[in-house]
Amino acid sequence: MLVVVCIKQVPDTTQVQIDPVTNTLIREGIPFIVNPYDAHALEEALRLKDRFGFRVAALSMGPPNAEATLKKALALGVDQAILLSDRVFGGADTLATSRVLSEAIARLNRQEKVGIVICGKQTIDGDTAQVGPGIATRLGYTQLTLVDRVEKLDPLQDRITVRRKLEGRHEMVDAPLPVLLTVVRELNRPRYPTVPMRLESEEATVQVWSNQELQLDQEGIGLKGSPTWVSRIFSPERQKGEIVGDGAADPAGAAKLLIDKLVSSDLLVV
Amino acid sequence: EARALAEKLAAYRGVWVFVEQTEGEPARVSWELMGKGRELADTLGVPLSAVVVGSRVEELCYESFCYGADQAYLVDEPVFRHYRTEAYLKAVCRMIDDYRPEIVLMGATGLGRDLAGAVATVVGTGLTADCTGLGIDDKRNLMQTRPAFGGNIMATIMCDRFRPQMATVRPHVMPLPERVAGSSGTVIRLRSKVREEDILTKVLEIVSDRNKDQVDVAGAEFIVSGGRGMMGKENFVLLQELADELGGVVGASRSAVDAGWMPHERQVGQTGKTVRPKIYIACGISGAIQHLVGMQDSDVIIAINRDPEAPIFEVAHLGIVGDLFQVVPALTERLRSLKQKAPETAVCSNG
Ligand SMILES: Cc1cc2nc3c(=O)[nH]c(=O)nc-3n(C[C@H](O)[C@H](O)[C@H](O)COP(=O)(O)OP(=O)(O)OC[C@H]3O[C@@H](n4cnc5c(N)ncnc54)[C@H](O)[C@@H]3O)c2cc1C
Ligand SMILES: Cc1cc2nc3c(=O)[nH]c(=O)nc-3n(C[C@H](O)[C@H](O)[C@H](O)COP(=O)(O)OP(=O)(O)OC[C@H]3O[C@@H](n4cnc5c(N)ncnc54)[C@H](O)[C@@H]3O)c2cc1C
Repeated sequence: MLVVVCIKQVPDTTQVQIDPVTNTLIREGIPFIVNPYDAHALEEALRLKDRFGFRVAALSMGPPNAEATLKKALALGVDQAILLSDRVFGGADTLATSRVLSEAIARLNRQEKVGIVICGKQTIDGDTAQVGPGIATRLGYTQLTLVDRVEKLDPLQDRITVRRKLEGRHEMVDAPLPVLLTVVRELNRPRYPTVPMRLESEEATVQVWSNQELQLDQEGIGLKGSPTWVSRIFSPERQKGEIVGDGAADPAGAAKLLIDKLVSSDLLVV
Repeated sequence: EARALAEKLAAYRGVWVFVEQTEGEPARVSWELMGKGRELADTLGVPLSAVVVGSRVEELCYESFCYGADQAYLVDEPVFRHYRTEAYLKAVCRMIDDYRPEIVLMGATGLGRDLAGAVATVVGTGLTADCTGLGIDDKRNLMQTRPAFGGNIMATIMCDRFRPQMATVRPHVMPLPERVAGSSGTVIRLRSKVREEDILTKVLEIVSDRNKDQVDVAGAEFIVSGGRGMMGKENFVLLQELADELGGVVGASRSAVDAGWMPHERQVGQTGKTVRPKIYIACGISGAIQHLVGMQDSDVIIAINRDPEAPIFEVAHLGIVGDLFQVVPALTERLRSLKQKAPETAVCSNG
């Protein structure tokens, strides 16, 4: 059985800066990282490999430099890494992204049966949490989102039991394979690559599939296949507030001023 | 071609809000969306409909009228007792095919995101995630504004060639509309054709986390949050005292949660809760963008930080630059003394 893990290379959003003049994102010099949730997806796939001997394939759609992300996956022990890269895939929204990823998974499935696909809960750049459900729906796999524990996997019965983390509750759900899981951070602690594995992975190569391989109708992918488009990008507006009193020299006085201000403007009723 | 597109779009009419429920209990975000949905429907001059799917949930249709819906589509069958994507997906897609709404709104909750992503894929339309602003442009298209890149930018997203236009909205981003008791509307009862035998997923157990951590940060009207500046778990008692005086709860930044000072349920921000209290007091929190996206819609934001350059002051309406270990107890003290005085004034005004 093949386990497929989807990983996206993302800019480290803690280091993103906005150009104060043009109000656009400064992309130069921002380091790229593996989407943090996807590191947990990858770890879970490797644990399934360790326990059941499944093969693991890592998939990423992105520009050629996303190869670095897949190299890291190889160093951690995935058996196969595929970069889906082609200009015609660019500018995709989640509908078009899940189209390409699901077609690639269907292609892998023709060589070896895919039982489990694992995605992160969401990315830290696009941040939509829509790609996982998109892939599952297209492939007709059962989708189990927000998994924080894989409770049981029975490879003979082809069934999986997982715990899902929702608002104020957890749900234990059982489903037949194939399934698509999206995972949260609480699921596991990602491992680090060992030196021998890192060295070994230097030999391993990332396969690149363009649309030459996938042969998808261009109407359904990239910018053309995306129903949504970004019409405007701007910085969140913020108006500076008022500093009350001199909190360093007279904390009690400043505190009194603040509370009285809230009370007199009816923001607080005592 | 433009004409064909216009005709295709015109075939879709009305605004829908999906009413999320777990074991019959509605999610508050559904009513928040009803308020926004009402506004959009009035601008477009179309009806606002609630979509209610579940088992023994008819009551929610009447509740949705109280929050502004004109009508409710109801699918009420035992197979929908627990949320399972396959079943709900089929039911909702069938309703969309049959009744063709132009806008469908869902809460950006675990359940709402699970369902919305699947529905949009089957219907073959666009879905905009976690919107903070929704409006109508001069061509009757939905303008969907949302933060991205961890809140560093805002983007307005359009889906003007496809219908329905779908969007999710996080809880507490839109204000809750006033509930008007006794409002009426039309219930449209539908059959789903979903059979239990066809649903492969089984929900074995639902465990409520409520008793573990009773505090609901997301729903609180007053929040006193602490960050790394709190220096240690034991100091959170200072915040608790202030929160008690306000009738509120204690929240935390991710640094405070990661340090083990507060449970994850209290975390405010991108990977925690979105909150919209009347007053949010940030103590020893620098104001990283991932924190701000979770609390910037609060009615009044107050920052207490000893660093005047801390970014939290950029969003705060009121701030004190100082040592929180001195300022916070002083705030509590001032509130206590005002409360002690309050009954006296009451007596005076009576006499
Ligand atoms: C400012 C801005 C706002 C946007 N808003 C929207 C929007 O509201 N709706 C919309 O449809 N699109 C939107 N997009 C486009 C969207 O970000 C891209 O389609 C993106 O490629 C996938 O979405 P995501 O990053 O949100 O992934 P998510 O759906 O959050 O990702 C979930 C998981 O899917 C997997 N995954 C996602 N992308 C890839 C990939 N390229 N390769 C491998 N695995 C992957 C990972 O496991 C990931 O953890 C927006 C883009 C921008 C720049
Ligand atoms: C993907 C991602 C998701 C994230 N999600 C979240 C999230 O959901 N929520 C969140 O909060 N963060 C989140 N973060 C983390 C975020 O980037 C910041 O690291 C975090 O918010 C910082 O917490 P802090 O303000 O408590 O700590 P710091 O940034 O260390 O700030 C501490 C502040 O306390 C002040 N201070 C110290 N001592 C005192 C004193 N005695 N009196 C007064 N002031 C004092 C300091 O001046 C400083 O401003 C996320 C990060 C990433 C990468």
